[in-house]
Amino acid sequence: MNLLEILSYAFIQRALLAGTLIAVLCSLLGVFLVLRRMSLIGDGLAHITFGSTAIALAMKLYSASSLLVSLPIVLLSSLGILKLTEKTRLSGDAAIGIVSALGISAGIILASVGGGYNVDLLSYLFGNILAITSEEVNIAVGLFCVVMVLLSLFYNELLAVTFNEELARISGVHTNIVNAVLVLLTALSVVLAMKLVGIMLISSLLILPAASALQLARSFRSCMMFSALQGGCSVVLGIFLSFATNLPTSATVVMLNLAFFGCAFLVRRLLDPGV
Amino acid sequence: MPREIVRTENLCCSYRTGRVLEDISVTVEAGDYVGIVGPNGSGKSTLVRALLGLCAISDGTALLFGVPCGRFGEWGRVGYLPQSLDQLNPVFPATVAETVGLGLLSLKRFPCRLTGVDRNTVDSMLEELGVYHLKHKLIGELSGGQQQRVLLARALVNEPELLILDEPTAALDPETRERFYRLIADINRNRGVTVLLVTHDSGAVGQHASKMLYLDKRLLFFGSFEQFCLSPEMSALFGEHSQHLMCHRH
Repeated sequence: MNLLEILSYAFIQRALLAGTLIAVLCSLLGVFLVLRRMSLIGDGLAHITFGSTAIALAMKLYSASSLLVSLPIVLLSSLGILKLTEKTRLSGDAAIGIVSALGISAGIILASVGGGYNVDLLSYLFGNILAITSEEVNIAVGLFCVVMVLLSLFYNELLAVTFNEELARISGVHTNIVNAVLVLLTALSVVLAMKLVGIMLISSLLILPAASALQLARSFRSCMMFSALQGGCSVVLGIFLSFATNLPTSATVVMLNLAFFGCAFLVRRLLDPGV
Repeated sequence: MPREIVRTENLCCSYRTGRVLEDISVTVEAGDYVGIVGPNGSGKSTLVRALLGLCAISDGTALLFGVPCGRFGEWGRVGYLPQSLDQLNPVFPATVAETVGLGLLSLKRFPCRLTGVDRNTVDSMLEELGVYHLKHKLIGELSGGQQQRVLLARALVNEPELLILDEPTAALDPETRERFYRLIADINRNRGVTVLLVTHDSGAVGQHASKMLYLDKRLLFFGSFEQFCLSPEMSALFGEHSQHLMCHRH
């Protein structure tokens, strides 16, 4: 089967379009999250997504309709993580851990009450990008546009807060608003990325492209571009590779990202042996 | 009549461990260069952080340009240089130009966009502070002294009327420290920028600052360095020998 033949399948076209957009979003947000040592927020929110999906499935809401339940719960939880770190004497990772445990335990209880794990819930655990529906593609395109507009509007404020929150505040940046925007955008992207790599592997899409970009970037803007490029390429190549080798797509995408990170690390070592 | 830049009245600040500042009443006027000195834990940094709204005031008032600190919003009039960016990630990918450009956000309204004019302003500031050649370097790759110069450029790029420096030379070697103090004195003299400098180096305050503020949770002294050196109260407090050492100008 050649490349053109693969591209002629509607499910591949949907996977490529939605997958690339979601991966680019995660990769861009990942740069801010990694630099702010909030990398694992994706994991925490993914676990909340698991719990909320269990609620949606218990309410007989499937596929895109499940987003009606997941999105508000995950968005609120992301603000909850922020409040926990602000109002308690907890560091970000502890707050993420608490919310994460809450999400996964709620999901397990609900799945158990609802008669055990069904196929739909398992597809959210490990991702199934090839099963993405047209409706989900439309939602992905819409949310991609929303997130990109917000990212470009808040770019300088996000950079300032990521560099140093106190200095940002003294530059007149409303740091509370900027922090809320960052976690809300992350929450949106995590919910979208569920179908792509699944709850178990979601944080890799947020962390690995940013981690690779940090090895090579010579400015913040180039770091964002490297990260987005790796995220997008890993999904496109991952879909083709998994199709050709009959391997699970989500795991293939993650392994490709790991390979890119290894290459970036080696290139950095070659360019700067002192590191 | 000189313009008031900072005024505090019976200012008190507390942490969980207790009071750190008690009854501080001072007035800083336009063009002043005030050195804030005192032993460790005397509340020097807390005082400037309270002025900047970074720590809560438990009693009394603090005004910046006549506005209570909690409600102050004209951040374009203030430049701030912290002790050092301890938490600055060494692989933080921002260039020197990107970092200094962030100082201009205080002059912008949302959404903050940096224009070509802003980039020229950044270039001029980098040239003025002698770090233009570092423009495309990553901030994390610079030495401590270079980083402080870049952060000073960031604090000055919005042409502030008040510059607040919190132990800016703590991580610098003596030679770089002296160059840095001379630079701040030039900025105060030539640009008319009011300076509040928190430091342990009373010698540097004597050499460069116009006024000295000595804190030890309470205000022990506020006036010119000459007044400090001649003050019998200060002799009684520190002993004549210590006072002489503190007043020894380099």
